[in-house]
Amino acid sequence: MEKKNLSILILAIGILLVLVAVPIAFAISDAYKGNIYQMGTLKPVDSVLKVKTGQTAPDFVLPSVSGEKVSLNQFRGKKNVVISFVPAAWTPVCSDQWPGYNIAKDIFTQNDAILLGITVDNIPTLFAWTNQMGQLWFPVLSDFWPHGAVAQRYGVLRSNGVSERALFVIDKKGIIRYIDVHDINKRPPLEDLAGALEKLKK
Amino acid sequence: MKKLLLCLISIILLFSILVLSAPATNKPPEKGEQLPVINLPIPKNSDERNYLGLSGTGLFKIPQIKSKVVIIEIFSMYCPYCQKDAPGVNELYRLIENNADIKDKIKLIGLGAGNSSYEVGVYKNNYSVPFPLFPDKDFEIHKACGEVRTPYFIVVKINEDGTHQIVHSQLGNYPGAQPFLEIVLKASGIK
Repeated sequence: MEKKNLSILILAIGILLVLVAVPIAFAISDAYKGNIYQMGTLKPVDSVLKVKTGQTAPDFVLPSVSGEKVSLNQFRGKKNVVISFVPAAWTPVCSDQWPGYNIAKDIFTQNDAILLGITVDNIPTLFAWTNQMGQLWFPVLSDFWPHGAVAQRYGVLRSNGVSERALFVIDKKGIIRYIDVHDINKRPPLEDLAGALEKLKK
Repeated sequence: MKKLLLCLISIILLFSILVLSAPATNKPPEKGEQLPVINLPIPKNSDERNYLGLSGTGLFKIPQIKSKVVIIEIFSMYCPYCQKDAPGVNELYRLIENNADIKDKIKLIGLGAGNSSYEVGVYKNNYSVPFPLFPDKDFEIHKACGEVRTPYFIVVKINEDGTHQIVHSQLGNYPGAQPFLEIVLKASGIK
C-alpha cells in the first residue's frame, strides 16, 4: 500500500517536472492572428514506421495546391527529394515550419534537392492556410483522399488520422537516406536537415 | 515511510507554489516596466561588439549596451510577418546609422524566438540583417517576455545611472522605418 503510494507520488512529481521543464514550440507568428487551433501537448510519436533508410521510397501521386499532380518518381534521376509531412493545417508548429523552409531555399538548391510538403488536409484548406505563409517556392501536396494513404504507406499516419511531423530525404536513385519522425510538439532543427542533405554529396 | 511521504508532499506543494507564481513573469513587457533579466552572449564578431559598445567574452544584459535607447525585435526565422518586415527593419537600422545626431544613442538588436544559431544565421544571411541577432533556441527569453507573438518590438530607455525602463512596446504592425523611428524618438524623449 505504502509502496504504491510512493510510486504514485514519484510519478506525479515526474509529470509535474516534465510539464514545467519541457519547452513547447508554439506557432508564434502574428501572421496567423488568432487562427491557430491550440492542440496542447500530444503524444510525441503515434505510429510505426513502415520504411527505413536504404530502402526504395514508395512512389505516390498527389494533387498539389497549384493544381497539377506531383509524383515522387518524376524526380528520379533528376533531384534529391525532401518530403516534409506536417500534421495539420492551422495548428501550432506546422504553421511555422514551412515559412522557415521558404527562406531556406538555398539549402535545398545547393544540394540539388526539391522539397515536397504534405499534409492530410484537403486542397481548399491547404490553399487558405499556405496563403498566410507568403509565396511558397515548393509544392504543397494533399494526402486527403484516400485519407492519409501516403502517410500510411510510409508509416507516419497517427491513430487520429493526422500525420507525424516527419522528414524523409530521398536521393536521386529513389533511396531513402534520412528519416526524422520528430516529436510532433517540436519543430525539427533546420541544421539537422541541412546536415542530412550535405551527406548526400558523400 | 511516513516521513518520506510528508517530505514528498512538501516538495510537490513547494513546486506547485513556484509554478503558480510564475505567471507574474509571463506577461508581455509593457511601457513603464523593466525588462525581464535576459542574458545574452557577447558577440564574437568584433563589428557587432563595437556596435553594442561591449568588450570581452561571456554574457551581458541589455541595459549594459552603450546607448541611450535599445530597440529589441523579437522575431523568428519561421515567422512570415517577420520575414515581410525584415527589409523595413534593416532600413530602420540604416536611418539611425546614417544620422550623426542619433547614431550613438539608439541601437537595434533581434532575439530569435525558438531559433538555433544556425536558424538565426539563415535569417541574417537571407535578409542581410546588419544588426546583431541572438538565438533563443529553447524559448527561454520568449517565455520570460510573456510568449509574445512575433514580430514584437520593445523600446528600452537606459538611464545614466544604469537603470532602465520600457518606453514603448508593440506587437507587429510595423509602420515602416521612418514612422517607427519617430515613435522611438518621441517615446524615449530623444526628440
